[in-house]
Amino acid sequence: MSFIKTFIDGEEGLFKSDTLTPMQKLTLRFVVVGLIYFGFVVVEGMLMRLYEVKPLPFITEPQFFAILTAHPLVGIFGSTYSIVFGAFLFLVPFLMKKPLWSIKLGNWTFILVTVGTFIFWFAGFISHYAPLYTLYWPLPADFKQFSVWGGTFFIAGIALVMVGSAFFVINIFKTITYTPEGWEKQPSKALLASALGITGFKNLFTKNKKEHLVTLPVAAVARGSVDVALNTAIILFTGVLILVYMVAAILGFDLKSTAIDALLYKNWFWWGLDLIADGLVLIFVAGTWYLLAMMISGKPLFMQNIARAALLVELVVSWTVWSHHLLSDQAQPAMLKVISGEMVTAFELITQGLAFFITLATLWSARPLKMTNPLKFLLGGLLGFALAVPAGIMQADVGLNRILHNTQWVIGPHVHVAILVGLTMTLYSAIYILFPILTNGAKVYSQKLVNVHFWCHLIGGIGMGAFMGMAGLKGMLRRSIYPDGEFNLFMILAAVCGTLLLIGFLAFFYNIVMSVGLKGVIGIFTPAKNKTKDLLPA
Amino acid sequence: MVDSKVVLTGQTMAYTFYCIVIILLVAWFAIKVTGKGKGLAVKPAIFYTFVGFLAVLGVSLHLITFNTIPWAEMDLNRSDYKPDKTFVIKVKDHQFIMPSEKLVINVNDKVLFDVQSEDLTYGFGLFRNDNSMMFQMQVVPGHRNDLLWHFDRPGVYTIRSTEYSGPKGVYMILKDAVQVIPANTTN
Repeated sequence: MSFIKTFIDGEEGLFKSDTLTPMQKLTLRFVVVGLIYFGFVVVEGMLMRLYEVKPLPFITEPQFFAILTAHPLVGIFGSTYSIVFGAFLFLVPFLMKKPLWSIKLGNWTFILVTVGTFIFWFAGFISHYAPLYTLYWPLPADFKQFSVWGGTFFIAGIALVMVGSAFFVINIFKTITYTPEGWEKQPSKALLASALGITGFKNLFTKNKKEHLVTLPVAAVARGSVDVALNTAIILFTGVLILVYMVAAILGFDLKSTAIDALLYKNWFWWGLDLIADGLVLIFVAGTWYLLAMMISGKPLFMQNIARAALLVELVVSWTVWSHHLLSDQAQPAMLKVISGEMVTAFELITQGLAFFITLATLWSARPLKMTNPLKFLLGGLLGFALAVPAGIMQADVGLNRILHNTQWVIGPHVHVAILVGLTMTLYSAIYILFPILTNGAKVYSQKLVNVHFWCHLIGGIGMGAFMGMAGLKGMLRRSIYPDGEFNLFMILAAVCGTLLLIGFLAFFYNIVMSVGLKGVIGIFTPAKNKTKDLLPA
Repeated sequence: MVDSKVVLTGQTMAYTFYCIVIILLVAWFAIKVTGKGKGLAVKPAIFYTFVGFLAVLGVSLHLITFNTIPWAEMDLNRSDYKPDKTFVIKVKDHQFIMPSEKLVINVNDKVLFDVQSEDLTYGFGLFRNDNSMMFQMQVVPGHRNDLLWHFDRPGVYTIRSTEYSGPKGVYMILKDAVQVIPANTTN
């Protein structure tokens, strides 16, 4: 096949978008948009890295901080939420062997997350609204530094994403519990109890143990979705609070920012934000590892009941660890610092370590395995969390936090390695394993490009985190600029690793486009001809 | 008191060693799981030993740091200590308002920094001449932000805000604002 023909029709012309069901199209749309936003994040990251080395003439300082504000939010909501929501809206009905409760609601989730992300990104781009995602009170309501109109649109964009997230949660729980038309009545309460871990918890204290009605990966999605719901409520409430101040400012009233206690707000905000970082991400990732391990090995999960219990523990832990973000706040009660900030946070070492071990043990039981693309990316994802979680546990320590807080250590070896290597490589593993299912048998264009993607992403991600960490240990702060180039050596090395990440992403994106063809990519976004509610074509 | 630089060196060595071990372990696993051999179930005893090891590791990390990092105990119980000196520093409009142009401290003094914000959330950190951080804390408006530190060697330090407070916050730097000198120089 000629290059042009492959570019237009895809590898061997195998991908036919006309054959896709509405559910396949919905999932693929989520994935495509998620990957495009990931591209945004990579480019933004590179721009900021270069700016850290030497201020770029076409980026002003306020614009730099606006990029810094949008960067994590586009990464979390635009990219990760899109890919995760798309995957789980497909996988939950797939594993429950019944249709999604509402494809229409799924489409609304897609539209709201996509449009909401673009609105807050664009608002930041135009107005340079830049209180950063931390939004420490009263910074978001400080209209001497930031445009009130920019902030209004920014918050409105975030609110749209949150509404989309709420729709996702509703769809997941309804799909688990509802009875499809023509089916025998489903035990909705028992299904819900099983999904949330209540059945397993009761089994600990009764002789007549009840069987689990939902599979382990579905239970993981349900428990992670509880944190999505709580996070949505917190961020929406916070957004409304900020909007009240903004609308008042637009109308000419100056509301007193001292009406909100800054420390209480900080506790509230971190409690909510940690439901993502230390909650749904870890739970969703553990559930995805388990599913991938079972699919790759074809074996039942090692220590399945323990894994189920650990997911419940992780959910409870995620509600009680927020204080590790406030170890440098001297007004924060010492008891909260030690119990929530240190001790409960240390549980994450156990729950994630346990998930790591269970996944490896499941794979081990099926050796010899073939080094497939899903397996290699899964191992990359496991390594990412194995590196990033202990880095986080170290900074969640009263003594060490005094010299690590707000340095590049936090954002490098912990956050970037967790997200880029741990989470993203897990998602790539899921994408590679779902690719033939979602495309009705399309073939990947080039295995060489897959390998380029893998090694560039792995080395680039770990390397970038490592050099940021070294800069942090030498005193380089995050969310700052060093115009005199004090940390240029580390930033240049991190930029080289960032370039590897960019090369890896471009190789992946090109490979996917060549696999499904330009016609196929466009076809994903046209209405489905096949109107079935089934997940896959008959 | 052990310098915070020494603590960072220890942490760097420990974490680097761990990274090398875990990368090699995953690489070994990748080779073995795809190499010749028969799939065997892992014994539950190994699993429970591993979980126990993680529990011990998680708790002991904090116990070790609490007992070896000198400022940890002093920080949590700072109300029990009587500072040799107290500096009240106000922060407003992205400016540190100092009690004097230079803060002069005697070696071996325990000094309390009481930093008060009148508008935004800021940070307060002391940095060495090589840009490395000696310590930091958050400065939250409407709350007491106090940090007790034992200065056990001479030195000159720069004050810098360690929390983002808008683009202007980047320039909240007071170069060489803190001088720690041998006790007999000022007495």
